[in-house]
Amino acid sequence: MKRFLLAAVFFFVLILLWDALYRAKIWSPVLLPSPWQVGIYLEHSAMDGTLATATVITMRRLLIGYLIGLVVGLPLGLLTARWKLFGDTVGTMALGLQTLPSVCWVPLALLWFGQTEAAMLFVVVMGTLWSVVIATETGVRNVPPIYRRAALTMGSKRLHMWFKVILPAALPFIVSGMKQGWAFAWRSLMAAEIFVTILTGFGLGQLLHYGRELSAMEQVIGIMIVIVVIGLLADKIFFSPIERFLHRRWGTSQA
Amino acid sequence: MHLARRHHSSATEELQVIAPSKLAIENVSKCFLSASGNVLALDRVSLNVAEGEFLCLVGASGCGKTTLLNIIAGLEKPDGGTVLADGKPVTGPGRERLVMFQEPALFPWLNVFGNVLFPLKLKPNLTNKDRHDVAKYYLELVGLSRFERANIHELSGGMKQRVSLARALAPNPRVLLMDEPFAALDALTREQLYGDIQEIWKARRKTIVFVTHNVREAACLGDRVLVFSPHPGRIREEFAVDLPRPRDINSVDLAAHATEITKALKSFGKTDMVVTR
Repeated sequence: MKRFLLAAVFFFVLILLWDALYRAKIWSPVLLPSPWQVGIYLEHSAMDGTLATATVITMRRLLIGYLIGLVVGLPLGLLTARWKLFGDTVGTMALGLQTLPSVCWVPLALLWFGQTEAAMLFVVVMGTLWSVVIATETGVRNVPPIYRRAALTMGSKRLHMWFKVILPAALPFIVSGMKQGWAFAWRSLMAAEIFVTILTGFGLGQLLHYGRELSAMEQVIGIMIVIVVIGLLADKIFFSPIERFLHRRWGTSQA
Repeated sequence: MHLARRHHSSATEELQVIAPSKLAIENVSKCFLSASGNVLALDRVSLNVAEGEFLCLVGASGCGKTTLLNIIAGLEKPDGGTVLADGKPVTGPGRERLVMFQEPALFPWLNVFGNVLFPLKLKPNLTNKDRHDVAKYYLELVGLSRFERANIHELSGGMKQRVSLARALAPNPRVLLMDEPFAALDALTREQLYGDIQEIWKARRKTIVFVTHNVREAACLGDRVLVFSPHPGRIREEFAVDLPRPRDINSVDLAAHATEITKALKSFGKTDMVVTR
């Protein structure tokens, strides 16, 4: 409760500072709207449904792309950790592609898929996939060999070994990889939505883009705030409980 | 078409004391490649372990005693020679011969109960209730019933080794292979465990091969103590310890045996032995 209050006070002071800057009239109000203008924009867009629609569209793209990234990335990571052949080929490729900022996929996606949902999805998958592959591989490689040996003597083999020993042992790494993958997916989706102006649905990124086109700074800032809040919520609702569980079980500091 | 036969064993049946194995190690050799060339970790080592015997292997580090244990477990393959358990060659790891490692090797993603249950879940022909009953029995045997819901990192070193012991005993193996299981514990905890392990060994009738570099520990636990020498790893001497059980590690008679074994060890040159701690 005390922490919550502290955070509330902090953000309140931040908004006051922002308001003071607005009132000082150093910059044109077109460039720096007041917090209240942004608030009014958010209220309006919440009332007429644009915000909800955009959020739903964005989240759907994000979740589908992220899930594809996980579903493909996890097994690929296991394969690269298990077989040298995969490690030397797919593993090296994953390492390389992971260093590529995901916005760099946008031009390629646009040329391949045009202004379509597929282009959007492609960028999100590319943003997620490689970090999940690498985290899974690292996790599996870091499983202490003694777990394997102990399990072997107790009669664990093949699939049992993979699902009951190696995967759970690698879980802290895999979760931090999933978190990183989520962050990359989120970033790449925003980049994609800003660049890919398709007509199958306006996401948050597109609202941001049109805010700029219309020089509607209160829209730009309002949407940015929404994006930040979604990121924060995803962390608090989805990842924090998993990390708390790992922390409790493993007795490690937050993975 | 054949009729599926259902072997059903109850928890009480599962908890019955079964006959321990006898082991025959014949001419086992093992080579390792190291920076300084080939190291002969074991050089044609032969030994027999009787049913229900408590055998201790002592020797300096690098004398191959752990390697021998791993070979008996089936975790490593010898370069030459054979290991027979009850007359059958050992070709790989199996739950008839369970290992207790120096580090507890407990799984941090499972709680205490889950860890003891783990080998039981790999045992077919048991109902889940049987498995629970068996796990509970062994946790009680090692005195940790109160901690069955605890996470592994919440336990002390001694408690972790007790859980390891319960996990190793749970599938009712015929042989228990122990690789310096108490080396990382403090003296007080260790002394307690010496008592416990002797009691459990008496109650559960296992063949135990126990590797240690602590001579007193070997004299306290073993029916027989084999002294290894390094480079190449060989069995150099054999001591029978015929003191009555349960033995107290601090007794004078035991110290006399330990001194004798230490003397033998020292005569092989290298001595990074722990005589008393």
